[in-house]
Amino acid sequence: MILSAERIVVTFDGFRAVDDASLAVEEGAIAGLVGPNGAGKSSLFGAIAGSLRATSGRVVLEGHDISRDPDFMRARRGLARTFQVPREFSHLTVVENLSAAVPGQAGERLGSLFFRPGAVRADERRVAERVAEVIEVVGLRAVADLAAGRLSGGQRKLLELGRALLTEPRILLLDEPFGGVNPVLIEQLIGILRGLSARGITLLVVEHNLGALSQLADTLHVMDRGRIIASGPPAEVLADPEVQSAYLGTIAP
Amino acid sequence: MLGYAMAIAVQIGIIMILTISVNLQYGFTGLINFGVVAFYAVGAYASALLAIAGVPVPLALLAAALIGALAAIPLGAVAVRLRAEYLAIVTLGFAEVVRLVAQNERWLTGGSSGLGGIPRPTGDWPAPFDALGYVALTGFVLLIVILVIRRIVASPYGRILQAIRDNLEAVGAIGKNANRFKLQILAIGGGIAAEAGALQAHYIGYVSPEQMVSHQTFIAWMAMIIGGAGRLAGSVIGAAVVMLLFEGSRFMRDVLPGVSEVEMASIRLALVGLALILFTVYRPQGLAGDYNSR
Repeated sequence: MILSAERIVVTFDGFRAVDDASLAVEEGAIAGLVGPNGAGKSSLFGAIAGSLRATSGRVVLEGHDISRDPDFMRARRGLARTFQVPREFSHLTVVENLSAAVPGQAGERLGSLFFRPGAVRADERRVAERVAEVIEVVGLRAVADLAAGRLSGGQRKLLELGRALLTEPRILLLDEPFGGVNPVLIEQLIGILRGLSARGITLLVVEHNLGALSQLADTLHVMDRGRIIASGPPAEVLADPEVQSAYLGTIAP
Repeated sequence: MLGYAMAIAVQIGIIMILTISVNLQYGFTGLINFGVVAFYAVGAYASALLAIAGVPVPLALLAAALIGALAAIPLGAVAVRLRAEYLAIVTLGFAEVVRLVAQNERWLTGGSSGLGGIPRPTGDWPAPFDALGYVALTGFVLLIVILVIRRIVASPYGRILQAIRDNLEAVGAIGKNANRFKLQILAIGGGIAAEAGALQAHYIGYVSPEQMVSHQTFIAWMAMIIGGAGRLAGSVIGAAVVMLLFEGSRFMRDVLPGVSEVEMASIRLALVGLALILFTVYRPQGLAGDYNSR
């Protein structure tokens, strides 16, 4: 198991958004986390990524208990994420957005900036090379020097994906990557995600769009009212009567 | 007239330095510090006390910057975790605390009568050169501040600062410790504001708590907004414009002869306020264009 979330509880003002949910992701898997609106997917996701504090429970990444680590430490350990609504650095260009994500830069330390300018310059070349690779992967070369605030919604999702990749993740958490994205771009995104999986990056995808996800995922976790109600291969899980009633309850006319 | 021009030049230089401090914190990093005058005060008192005790003025000026930076650390340790608007309130409170300490700790600060007899490094020079020398000193400090800040903002470090300003949560998601950067920027901003205060103390030769009011903070904020937040050149231009408005409005005396001195002071403040309103309505990005205009 590369990642396991054990008995996670997240409460907001007494309301249990995540109620004793456990989930494990196998190394190399493409795992999906699905469920109706308000099931607690994003809260569980936040608790795993460290942007939300869990009330109780444990998050273990590659054998390390990261429950107490702040979000940036989790990212450094190889857990990268994207957001449901993209959080680009809107006044930085696409290249600058991507460059910011490269780990361990000499130029991000004040001492080096003033006393080791040569090392800073050399490191900027390394950063530029890494960014040039990733900008091809996510297909944003044409808008490289545009301020990120001017990108379309789909392009912002690609930018966030690129930024997450530059942190050199072992596991990538994607929060609704297909939400609000046009069908052509969805196909492109699925292609990119398969490519990342082939390069050994584990994926955990929260998604509303069951169609796109079942094309991609090899395991599905279904969440309803704060709990995981089923886990397993997509076909099996979607045939589960409990899952069907959870979904029918929300999508039936 | 030359003496007057030199005095204005020194004041403009000092406000430019203070404005750069605000701009580094807000324009580049998104930190709302409404208490920069606290650091200005710390610098003014620190440099004054050291110089009175016999420390050479250049060393006292250097020490003031360091002490100003150190003063930001306890504040920062509490405040970096706060959201932007809460930081604004905490810094405003911090400035009041510093002013009250200056007013009440008589053994150190002289209380409300302040500290006098602060040496001016060019004080012994013959007539036009003492003023010219101080203009040159202020210009020299300003130049160093500009070079240091330019190095910081136009670098990978500066990239993270702007990322913090644009979207704090995403900074954590890419593995960067935003709190470290914020704390360092509060310290650097504190050091720069302290330097402005120190230059003022040695120029006037006198410090007192009544100089340490939020008026100073907001002059620098106005200058940053008029010049353009997130643009270094904007701070220089904005500070010059605000100070020229302030000083230029002295000559309204001749146009409005029936107005008392006290009323005049209020009218001048109102005039600068009006200019700020006109700027935010007709040129919200400031004279140099702010970070929004990329």
